[in-house]
Amino acid sequence: MMKPDVLKVPFERGVSFFQRAFLDRWQAATLSIAGLVLIPLAVVLFSVFSETNEVWLHFVQTSLVTLLTNTFWLLLGVGVGTTFLGVSLAWLTAACDFPGRRWLDWALMLPLSLPPYVVAFVSIGLLDFTGPVQTQLRLWLGVERLWFPRIRSTGGVIAVMTLTLYPYVYMLARNAFLTQGRRAIEAAQSLGQGRFRGFLGVALPMARPWIVGGLALVLMETLADFGTVSIFNYDTFTTAIYKAWFGLFSLSAAAQLASLLVFIVFVVLLIEQRSRSRRRFSHAGRSSVADRISLRGGRGWLAFAYAISVLGIAFIIPVGQLSVWAFGVFRQDFDLRYLSFLGHSVFLGGAAALLTCAGALILVSANRLRNDLMTRTAVRVATLGYALPGSVLAVGIFIPLIWIDKQMIEWIQTLFGIEIGFILSGTLAAMLLAYLIRFLAVAHGAVDSAMNRITPSLDETARCLGVSGIPLLRKVYLPLLRGGLLTAALLVFVDVMKEMPITLMTRPFGWDTLSVRIFEMTSEGEWERAALPAVALVLTGFIPILLLSRYSSREP
Amino acid sequence: MVVYSARNEQLIKPLFDAYTKETGARVKFITDKEGPLLERLKAEGEHTPADLLITVDAGNLWRAAQEGLLKPTQSTVLQENIPAHLRDPENRWFGLSVRARTIVYNTQKVKPSDLSTYEDLADPKWKGRLCLRTSKKVYNQSLVAMMISEHGEPKTEQIIKSWVGNLATDVFSDDTQVMKAIAAGQCDVGIVNTYYYGRLLVKEPTLPLALFWPNQNGSGVHVNISGAGIIKHAKHEQAALKLLEWLSSQKAQNLFSDTDMEYPANPKIAPDKRVASWGSFKQNLINVSKAGELQDEAVKLMDRAGYK
Repeated sequence: MMKPDVLKVPFERGVSFFQRAFLDRWQAATLSIAGLVLIPLAVVLFSVFSETNEVWLHFVQTSLVTLLTNTFWLLLGVGVGTTFLGVSLAWLTAACDFPGRRWLDWALMLPLSLPPYVVAFVSIGLLDFTGPVQTQLRLWLGVERLWFPRIRSTGGVIAVMTLTLYPYVYMLARNAFLTQGRRAIEAAQSLGQGRFRGFLGVALPMARPWIVGGLALVLMETLADFGTVSIFNYDTFTTAIYKAWFGLFSLSAAAQLASLLVFIVFVVLLIEQRSRSRRRFSHAGRSSVADRISLRGGRGWLAFAYAISVLGIAFIIPVGQLSVWAFGVFRQDFDLRYLSFLGHSVFLGGAAALLTCAGALILVSANRLRNDLMTRTAVRVATLGYALPGSVLAVGIFIPLIWIDKQMIEWIQTLFGIEIGFILSGTLAAMLLAYLIRFLAVAHGAVDSAMNRITPSLDETARCLGVSGIPLLRKVYLPLLRGGLLTAALLVFVDVMKEMPITLMTRPFGWDTLSVRIFEMTSEGEWERAALPAVALVLTGFIPILLLSRYSSREP
Repeated sequence: MVVYSARNEQLIKPLFDAYTKETGARVKFITDKEGPLLERLKAEGEHTPADLLITVDAGNLWRAAQEGLLKPTQSTVLQENIPAHLRDPENRWFGLSVRARTIVYNTQKVKPSDLSTYEDLADPKWKGRLCLRTSKKVYNQSLVAMMISEHGEPKTEQIIKSWVGNLATDVFSDDTQVMKAIAAGQCDVGIVNTYYYGRLLVKEPTLPLALFWPNQNGSGVHVNISGAGIIKHAKHEQAALKLLEWLSSQKAQNLFSDTDMEYPANPKIAPDKRVASWGSFKQNLINVSKAGELQDEAVKLMDRAGYK
């Protein structure tokens, strides 16, 4: 085991006034980013003061217990499922060698580009009573009814979400195992521990922040999900939020329920952070590809079979079905506008990825340089935008934006006597800001765990050489964080391309994207026509995934 | 002119294109779900760029009017073209197409003579033979709201409970799945909007499915609307009114309803040929605004009845 608390960096001693003022800039930056996220959250939290007893009473009397237990089982199932798939596959591709490993390594990231609700629809279409699988079976067996596992069930929704969300855990755990020195494992093996015990006892605990980081993203996404659970008609906390809003016309009650959600996530994140705040997870020696555990013969093929079946179920089969549908509607629906949908999606994804990574870099660096309670809390707050259901957050972002716009309109009217329209809202800047608020958590998870890998003694050395502040960030941190930053950029890019509610609410006129296209088709239940933009989304997701895999396989 | 629309792009863009071609007036529009659109209008207040709001149900128009987002419109054209039960009594919104929610059945297992009313689907003879879509969909909320206005809450709750008791399988997330299940023999009857039936039959004409018009000796088939209203703070009120009047005219009515196999709201206009082939029926003449008024009652009632 690695020894924690190797070095306590003597931060305050010998720091000049100037440097101290500089450090405070980190705090200021963190606080302003947290403030940015806090504004829409505050709009939502403000609902706590409105009177909604009637709606609450209704939920308590009818469905609250079911909602809570359903949400609990969903979180537990998806949490366990994604951790198991993500960690085992990451270990196999990052630390072992078996047939097909090279391409499976990146191919296993591909399910990321499939929106979960699309996979939900495809799997119900394939496996429900009326789907081709059961229909064929009935034909072959010549029966009218046969026993078949129910797809529209708790197990079904857990399976679909696990298969679409495991890449978050996979990617971060893969980073952990790739950058993990093998020396500790070798040491464990030389002490007589077997491979498996070396994995369980050494590699796994060392990768914990990465795994937990990925898992946190998965759980937040699961909590906030509305699309998938509605297709399964599986009632969760989030479906209750939307029922209060759309069905009972009470946005206040919806916002109150959402506030409760955010509060729970915040507390859980704080507890998790506390539980590992005393450990350090830095790099212990270099590793090389030659260190891979070679799985020979049957065991190698077993590993291959496992990885390929996950990929097959999570990606190849759904994409196959989508392609068939897309082919069927291609002539009717495809036109040159698709180029602009694609262009918009890629532009928004790319710009949001850059912005969000920059934000995450600031948060992570500030947290390292200024590890006080205020900064830590601010960082946590800054990542809460991911825990809210999309439409609720979209409204929370939109209201303050419009408020600023209205102020500007009034100033300009009193100053110049002219009437103008909205300046901020309906611009790309506002849209990107909204994405930043939504996806900071995603980028932060990847960058933060990479920062964990940088040994504190490096800071010490740098400081002895007189390097600190921005130069420390540029010369020392940035090169070491590159893998984490790339992972973050990819995750945000793909997430933004899939994102729907914020895109719908903040897009400028005519700025339709592939996900808007999916919305247009699915809002009236035309799922087969939604396959065309969905396939385009998947194809676009290929490019950054290939780029990332090429980069990270060159890593030491 | 700016339109906020919950009716999706492929169903409204052809109309706006035709309007621009005919009059030269340009229409900008943005699509989203009703809930976010209404919040957007509320937040934008008097500075909103929007002139017209389009939805696919009466409940949300009712709510927009309730929140003071829409403005009354005096127009003899609209009064003449749109029947009284398909528009707001205070003229803040107008139905533009009719979406009929009716019974669909498997022709190999059910005789039309077995069917009569929505209420009759609560009868024990349908035990294990009924398929329904989720109660979270506004179309079902409107249907149940109308039943409440007709029968009162206690009786409606009894009916819904018995529907739930008759279900052959868990409720589905859309109407197409309901019809596929009926066609495949998982169940025998269900309740769907007619245009879903039309769309499915275009793709798979051989499915053993047919529509039945219920409650013909009583109050009639439940109808909802896709409709529009002029925004209170519209900057181009006159232009929006002209567009709205045009949408209720013969040419637009056909475009509006035929692209999605819905029924024209203007009774003088004949529906699409395929739609006409399903037969004519008596509509429920209760004002569709009831669907909005009683929606939250309906949602709560279905929760109590265990209709998921």
